[in-house]
Amino acid sequence: MANGTTIEIGKEQAPARPGEERGTLTGWFLELLYTVDHKKLGIMYIGTGWLFFVVAGIMATFIRLQLAGPNGHVVGPETFNGLITMHGTIMIFWVAMPFVFGMANYVVPLQIGARDMAFPRLNAFSFWLTFFGGCLLLFSYVAAPGLSGSGPAPDVAWMAIAPLTARAFSPGSNVDYWSLSLLVTGTGSITGAINTMVTIFCYRTKGLTLYRMPLMTWLSLVAMFLIILFIPPLSAAQIMLTLQRYLGATFFDAQSGGSAILWQHFFWIFGHPEVYVLVLPAFGVISEVVPVFSRKAIFGYPAMVAASVLIGFISSGVWAHHMFTVGMNSFSITFFAFATLVISVPTGIKMFNWLATMYGGKIRLELPMLFAIAFLFQFLIAGLTGIMLGVAPFDWQLNDSYFVIAHFHYVIVGGIVFAVFAAHYYWYPKAFGRMLDKRLGLWHFWLFLIGFHLTFDPQHISGILGMPRRIYTYQPGRGWDLWNLISTIGALFQGLGAVIFVFNLIWSYWKGKKAGDDPWDAWTLEWATASPPAEYNFEKLPEVKSRRPLWDLKHPEDPDWKYE
Amino acid sequence: MVLVITTESALFIIFVVAYLFYIGKSLIPPYPHQVLEFPWLGSILLFGSSGTIMVAERHLKRGAIDRFHLWWAITLACGVGFLIWTISEWLKLIYKDGLTIATNLFGSTFYSLVGLHASHVLVGAILLSIILVASLRGKIRHRHHEHIEIISWYWHFVDCVWAVVVTVVYIISVKS
Repeated sequence: MANGTTIEIGKEQAPARPGEERGTLTGWFLELLYTVDHKKLGIMYIGTGWLFFVVAGIMATFIRLQLAGPNGHVVGPETFNGLITMHGTIMIFWVAMPFVFGMANYVVPLQIGARDMAFPRLNAFSFWLTFFGGCLLLFSYVAAPGLSGSGPAPDVAWMAIAPLTARAFSPGSNVDYWSLSLLVTGTGSITGAINTMVTIFCYRTKGLTLYRMPLMTWLSLVAMFLIILFIPPLSAAQIMLTLQRYLGATFFDAQSGGSAILWQHFFWIFGHPEVYVLVLPAFGVISEVVPVFSRKAIFGYPAMVAASVLIGFISSGVWAHHMFTVGMNSFSITFFAFATLVISVPTGIKMFNWLATMYGGKIRLELPMLFAIAFLFQFLIAGLTGIMLGVAPFDWQLNDSYFVIAHFHYVIVGGIVFAVFAAHYYWYPKAFGRMLDKRLGLWHFWLFLIGFHLTFDPQHISGILGMPRRIYTYQPGRGWDLWNLISTIGALFQGLGAVIFVFNLIWSYWKGKKAGDDPWDAWTLEWATASPPAEYNFEKLPEVKSRRPLWDLKHPEDPDWKYE
Repeated sequence: MVLVITTESALFIIFVVAYLFYIGKSLIPPYPHQVLEFPWLGSILLFGSSGTIMVAERHLKRGAIDRFHLWWAITLACGVGFLIWTISEWLKLIYKDGLTIATNLFGSTFYSLVGLHASHVLVGAILLSIILVASLRGKIRHRHHEHIEIISWYWHFVDCVWAVVVTVVYIISVKS
């Protein structure tokens, strides 16, 4: 039923809004400062993500304005380099990662019937580390102009390739702000990941075996495992870089026999699994939304679990597909190209299973589902361009071109951001007790969809026509002008859509339709408690005998455990 | 703790890879075989401390708190002894042999890897001290033996890393 049902589990009290018990604005602020509650921290992570999204989005707008036409004069070259570095770094580490942790923090304990995370104070510690790391990076705009007049913010691109980052080529301290802020935030990510994994392994409610866990929890688990394995390589490389810049170590210094390529290996050993860390929770969201809005259980749950684990595993072996053009030998190139193509198999399995879930189902085109369907189309294209780039000779032509930019923005924006929007429309009612406004949501959806495609579809073309990455302007008459102009116009549509969305988030907090426990008639445990949940989450937990405990409760004549 | 050990292992592996990759690639001396002596004292201290910590744990499990204190203190002393030995080795390398982190690839990778390990020994020593002080004040009893076991896993992990460092640095790179 579209109106939602209320499950009579126990006598639930109407829970207070965060901070209500403290009464005042100061009280509300202190509540957030001191909280160790996973729900509040989850919301704070997501709030952090949106805050930095606005910052990095404004940077993107300037990038697009500068590139809208040839011979742009909006910003100078050094500023432009700073903008692209900061845009990329912030979007990955302080927008996408906080979304991953925010969703995991909010949803996972509720989905497994736990009272909170395993280590609530560590949870708060992880959040504040993440937040302060971001502040440290933004502080570089104020503090980093070095003695030699080099740019304030880091301007070495988000992958900070050696030897550009050596003291000789990056005097001043902007690179150090990049390294240190990521070391701080990386530590927060690792501790957060350990916390989430222990929670999932040790705090599941009775009857909830690993094989009955919701897919959002499963995929968060795999993502967290990738975090603890693959953020340390980034930290290690940054420690080496800082030792080189300050103590004269020679790790990446060719004049001492060192290898700049070693930096790239270490960075991408981190960097590739990192993007899977970002995308796996997005898969989790889609795996929750598609079944509920197709009124059918997910097709092939065991295959989905196996595919997720396999993707996590294979993602650790494909990193050098970012390095096809640096001069590796044929054996290495072949190995990494092969592994990159292989990873498309489990990913394809997931795509087919989502489609199979929809097939024969009763599709409800509510907002979470609209974003999920857009995800399916866009992630498919993103995956296909990824496979194209995985074929090494193709990459030899298109590496470092706008085709690559188009590919990864298709994954990250067309895939992950759309999934994050779906997650908001799906779980906001649970978190705040109110539905997000549907009309505003539709405006947001269509504006953002159109904007996204206007921006990133033409970049495939300009990339194929030879436009390189990281150039601050270009000459007219190369055939790139029109595509760049369309791309910039799309940015404005996306910005407008995002503004409407943020407005919706705020407006609906007070004026949204009251949601009730289970507005979407869903089946996982988070819908078995009040919206918003009480501080302690569950007064009484339903018995878990299958993957859809609430279905069993609502349909005692036809329970899932008869079929599993 | 298993997860902490996993993530720390990932960190160490990168430094080990860097060390292995750069074996034989330093352009100027000093080279490993010229300045490194097999770390007998340090290894005996550290590997021994893994044994003494197990003895301490066994005493705690049986409720023999005084013996637990004794063997735990011995373990801590071995850890501190290892750190002192490391300092003396580094003083020799820096001032007698002229090997610093900036000298060559060997220096960079040696000091970063061994230094990372030593910093983990230091953290372990701090953990052991906290436990010792808490126990002497009467806060740790037989019923806490599982918590203490988890701390000892960290200490064993630091020991295993030293085994890897000895193999890679003092055996492989000296023979190459």
